[in-house]
Amino acid sequence: MTQYSAPVVTGATTPAADAPSAPVDPRRRRADLARRLRRGAWAMSLVAPAAAFYGFFVLRPLVLTLQYSFYDWNGVTQAEWVGVSNYVALVRDPQLYGSILNAFQLILFFSVVPVTLGLLAANAIRGIAATRLSVVARTVLFLPQIIPLVAAGIMWSWQLATNGLVNQFLRLIGLDGVTRAWLGDFGTALPAVGVIGAWVLLGLCMLLLLAGMTKIDTALYEAARIDGAGPVREFFSITLPSVRQEVGICITITVIAALASFDIVFTSTQGGPGNSTLVPGLQIYYLAFFQREVGMASALAVALMLLVLAVVLPLQWFARDGDK
Amino acid sequence: MITSAREAWIGRVLLVVLMLVTVLPFVSLFVTALHPPGTYPSGLSWPETPHWSNFVAAFQSADMHRLLWSSILIELGVVPVALLVATLAGFALGHLRPPGAKVVFIVFLLGLTLPFEGVIIPLYYQMRELGLLGTRWAIILPLIGLYMPFAVMWMRAHFVTMPKDLSEAARIDGCSTWHLFWRIHVPLSMPALSSLAILLFLWTWNQFLLAVVLVDDPAKRTMAGALGAFQGRFGNDIPLLCAGSLLILTPTLLLFLAFQRRFVTALMQGSLKG
Repeated sequence: MTQYSAPVVTGATTPAADAPSAPVDPRRRRADLARRLRRGAWAMSLVAPAAAFYGFFVLRPLVLTLQYSFYDWNGVTQAEWVGVSNYVALVRDPQLYGSILNAFQLILFFSVVPVTLGLLAANAIRGIAATRLSVVARTVLFLPQIIPLVAAGIMWSWQLATNGLVNQFLRLIGLDGVTRAWLGDFGTALPAVGVIGAWVLLGLCMLLLLAGMTKIDTALYEAARIDGAGPVREFFSITLPSVRQEVGICITITVIAALASFDIVFTSTQGGPGNSTLVPGLQIYYLAFFQREVGMASALAVALMLLVLAVVLPLQWFARDGDK
Repeated sequence: MITSAREAWIGRVLLVVLMLVTVLPFVSLFVTALHPPGTYPSGLSWPETPHWSNFVAAFQSADMHRLLWSSILIELGVVPVALLVATLAGFALGHLRPPGAKVVFIVFLLGLTLPFEGVIIPLYYQMRELGLLGTRWAIILPLIGLYMPFAVMWMRAHFVTMPKDLSEAARIDGCSTWHLFWRIHVPLSMPALSSLAILLFLWTWNQFLLAVVLVDDPAKRTMAGALGAFQGRFGNDIPLLCAGSLLILTPTLLLFLAFQRRFVTALMQGSLKG
């Protein structure tokens, strides 16, 4: 935030500082060029190890996923070219696109809830940002970020069970009627998984937004108060526009977390009951490694990556546009 | 800042509620772990006699020391190599800026938001061909590759902000580029490097998908991967499962409490950039 806030995609356009400016004889120039090429090659050789790991374990599999997605393959015998029929099945078969729809529903819980609640909470806390309480809160609210998502899933499948903390609380406030095994009920399983995600992401969003809000010039608020603006007006006219970039970041992180969710669902519901909490990540895993439909699984993986890009790129553009 | 007493009060209450919501599941996990094994207690209730022995039982039946050792081996394989390789690349792309650096950097950025599910299928077959399936290498090697977009971007952003004068002064003193890198830039990069190390450590420790797909034996997985297997075995014994989960959480929690300032800044910066 402070010293590392260099813009992410600035061009590396500064010309080499030692480039000769005065006209010199061609022999010198050739020697200079050779030196620069040598230096360039040397610099590139420093990038080589990183590029090798990246190329072999990310780019190559990425291309292969795309290739597999055009085949019918069980992972053992000869693969058969089937063109785009995996993708056609993906948009036609509700069993297959159902997981994508589930992921979109999860966005509501993973993204909308933490960002909205985070904004409200950060705005309320802004005034006491320097107190001891908020220093403690910083540590406490980060706890869900430290533990594995798998642990969050296990922990919450216990809290959401028939005898768990959630139902205990509901009984305490007299809502005995709504208690149930939240993760085992067709109607509530997906929202229940969403609650787990919201719990994990709320603290992070709130702290990111709070960090953005503490950078706002307090003179703006004083001016607004003198002009007679209330807290609501203040929030929409000063706070929200100022943390636009942080909101963009929170949405990006949380939407990716929703679309690519795997760990939480794997440990809390395994996609059930029925397919009611099946998400793309889990379905890719089942299709590729249990049902042995590698081609179909790859097509779903490609679709998932495209979805993530379709969400992330406009958001990045939006956030950078706001910088100007 | 002008804040009325009422607003400050609302803020405090809200903060306390949020903290309670965050902490209560941990508390519930803890008290449940103290109930007699095999019982089905309710969410938040103190047992008549706390069964501290559950922790010992979970430690033994999960082979916790082997899991810890396996995670440490994986961390040792991933973090130092990823740091070194990313620092070299970040230095070259951010400081030396050879021709073509921009293109190379953009190719790295492509992988930044990649969900791991997108590459997991070919990785499985790739590891099988290499004969590494089921070994810790199957987790270590792909993780280094998958961390590269973020790690290279992070180190590049750091080296871009280093003042040019510094290197020029060193060069005039007759410093070679290699010397410049090791003696001047790396020592000055310690804050950026340690934050990156924390992030990579956490992500590796908590890595689940690669562990589940590429390694069958829980004793060769990361802690998170082992926890998944632990759930499968003890799913019916709630107190024991809770005790085991807590044990698996403990190492990172202790590290976090010890280095919380660094963790919080690293995570915040990490998400701001990612």
